[in-house]
Amino acid sequence: MAENSLAFKGTKAQEEKLTAVINQHKELPGALLPVLHEAQEIYGYLPIEVQQMVADGLGVSLSEVYGVATFYSRFSLTPKGKHRISVCLGTACYVKGADKILAEVEKKLGIKSGECTPDGLFSIDSCRCVGACGLAPVMMIDEDVYGKLTPKEVDKILDKYIAEEGGRQQ
Amino acid sequence: METVHLKINNIPVEVPKGYTILQAAKQANIEIPTLCYLKDINCIGACRVCMVEAKNRRGLLAACVYPAEEGMEVFTNTPAVIKSRKTTIELLLSTHQKKCLSCVRNNNCELQKLALEYNVDEDHFTSEEAVYEIDEQSPYIVRNNNKCVQCMRCVSACKNVQSVSVIGAIKRGYQVHVGSPFDKSLNDSPCVGCGQCIVSCPVGALTEKSQEDEVWEAIANPDKKVIFFTAPSIKATLGESFNLPIGTNVEGKMVAAIRRLGENVNIFNMDFTADLTILEEANELIERIKTGGTLPMFTSCCPGWVKFVEHYYPDFIPHLSSCKSPQAMFGAVLKSYYCEKNGLDPNNVFVVSVIPCTAKKFECKRPQLRSGDGEYDDVDVALTTRELARMIKRAHLDFASLPEEDYDAPFNKATGGGAIFGATGGVLEAALRTAARTLDGDFKKVDFEEVRGPEAVRTVTYEVAGIKINVAVTSGLANARALLDKIKKGEADYQMVEIMACPGGCINGGGQPLQSDSVRNYVDYKALRSKALYDYDKNCEFRCSDESPVVKMIYDEFFEAPGKEKAHKYLHTTYVARGNKMS
Repeated sequence: MAENSLAFKGTKAQEEKLTAVINQHKELPGALLPVLHEAQEIYGYLPIEVQQMVADGLGVSLSEVYGVATFYSRFSLTPKGKHRISVCLGTACYVKGADKILAEVEKKLGIKSGECTPDGLFSIDSCRCVGACGLAPVMMIDEDVYGKLTPKEVDKILDKYIAEEGGRQQ
Repeated sequence: METVHLKINNIPVEVPKGYTILQAAKQANIEIPTLCYLKDINCIGACRVCMVEAKNRRGLLAACVYPAEEGMEVFTNTPAVIKSRKTTIELLLSTHQKKCLSCVRNNNCELQKLALEYNVDEDHFTSEEAVYEIDEQSPYIVRNNNKCVQCMRCVSACKNVQSVSVIGAIKRGYQVHVGSPFDKSLNDSPCVGCGQCIVSCPVGALTEKSQEDEVWEAIANPDKKVIFFTAPSIKATLGESFNLPIGTNVEGKMVAAIRRLGENVNIFNMDFTADLTILEEANELIERIKTGGTLPMFTSCCPGWVKFVEHYYPDFIPHLSSCKSPQAMFGAVLKSYYCEKNGLDPNNVFVVSVIPCTAKKFECKRPQLRSGDGEYDDVDVALTTRELARMIKRAHLDFASLPEEDYDAPFNKATGGGAIFGATGGVLEAALRTAARTLDGDFKKVDFEEVRGPEAVRTVTYEVAGIKINVAVTSGLANARALLDKIKKGEADYQMVEIMACPGGCINGGGQPLQSDSVRNYVDYKALRSKALYDYDKNCEFRCSDESPVVKMIYDEFFEAPGKEKAHKYLHTTYVARGNKMS
């Protein structure tokens, strides 16, 4: 399964933070949603280990936690990379060939949308409109917007990031 | 009681305040069709099949959740209602795997029934058929999500009735499906195997792991001797699979039918090992009380309950009676005493239990229940009541016309005490009958009606021969959990506690014939099935397990006395702590 491609590396500090959040919300009705939000803030994503801690802490079943975590698209079950790539699949970008841009990013990095590279450097997501339709097709890497893309340019841009990181560990 | 007055299809009705439109309509003899609603289990108004129209209200209302209101005028069969229901069913069918001919629920499917009633076109809406992998890794339950209608009845049964909650809704919208966390197999979860999800399912998405073919194969093998035995509750429920009224005792016909499955088939009465269990268990209870052993003692006949303790309350394992379940005792008796006496090789004896239960399929594979230095399982296959019914149907036996026959000797006779094992409170009552007579030879009471009935928890105190015994009975694992938490906190003081995983006991087991929502929502089927057992008990020649001539014989010939070395070796077992997390 994709979510197991990276082993969970939670720290003691993260766990203490999560425990504090759980204790703060424990007695309130509907605590699960805010706790999951904060858990994602703390860990960056919601692996089974974190969901189990939330379940045990709040006294609800893992089934319930997993149901909520998979219901809302804001929650991610996979870790995010150091660089978060977001390819816009909104209408304007889509008619300008955003599907080919996404395919190129996936091919270049060897992972699918929603996944993270095994070295933890990159993760890919798709999004719906970043408000730069004039530049379609568009992708964002971290906070930077790249517009009027072609598959070839995608290649060059990614090479730049890879070079800055001193290459990719396979 | 405060009531409200309303009209259903122009028929005036008066119902208690708080009744839903669905309940009010029943009062006017109108049954509004449902799919996701199941009394006592699931009430979420999700499927939109029960929609009705009401005067001066916009839109349609979901009758299963909408409260009946004063002056309301409800119409249950208007063109708008029918159109809505039809569309809903057609949408459900658009993603439903329509392999109805070979489906185990063919002719017994709530979706199929609705489709027929509303004359739907099952291909009206076409869509990409989502393909889910069938989860058949567990030894008891098979999930085929390609047939699931997302009614959530199984999820509610698992969460609310059993407090186990190993399944839930995953994802949303078109991708929503039911499964265990992280889409793992049920087998990787701390599921107890009770099968209440199966009996709640309206369609063929959940079934037991069928083992009929293994049994047919053994019957076809001339080198094998195939031994069936039937659990106490089967006689009270099997008839339902042959359209007989709920609560019909079909013991004689059941015996005749099984005997006709093959020439190498023997059929014994498991009520005998229920009696045997009582002798061992009553002895264990008296020992524990007299020697200051771990109390309260919990019954251990129910494999769903045992697995629940092993997963969720491992600290309570010493409280479980060390007695094997009647199924396991019978397996051990057959592969030891019976084989020895008749010069049979246990490897050529194929033991089939017929049980009301899916968890028994797990139980008979427990390594603790293997004999001959771990060479063979004491019980080879555990068949549910439904599987037995299918075998009888495949053998094309005219069940209703079969003669009433008796079980085979030597395990043919049993007592009423053994028979009532199939209903909640029955094990405890049978144990009380025997324990009381053991402690006080003059004790006359046989009917312990206080421990019977539908209340969630029944507690009674008895005084026999100067010993005070507090007992408690419950069924349904959510009730069990509440009781265990009370005991844990020291708020309750019992000597013996009977717990069955399924609400109402084995008569409502996860392997019993399926009753659809149109029955379960209106008929107390559990009470009717239990009554069949208590009526049977009343007419038994012997009512206390210690009076059983077969039990006396086996102690004389083999086990000597309850709790003795040989009895301990063959009739008692051990338990293991299991984790309560996904593996």
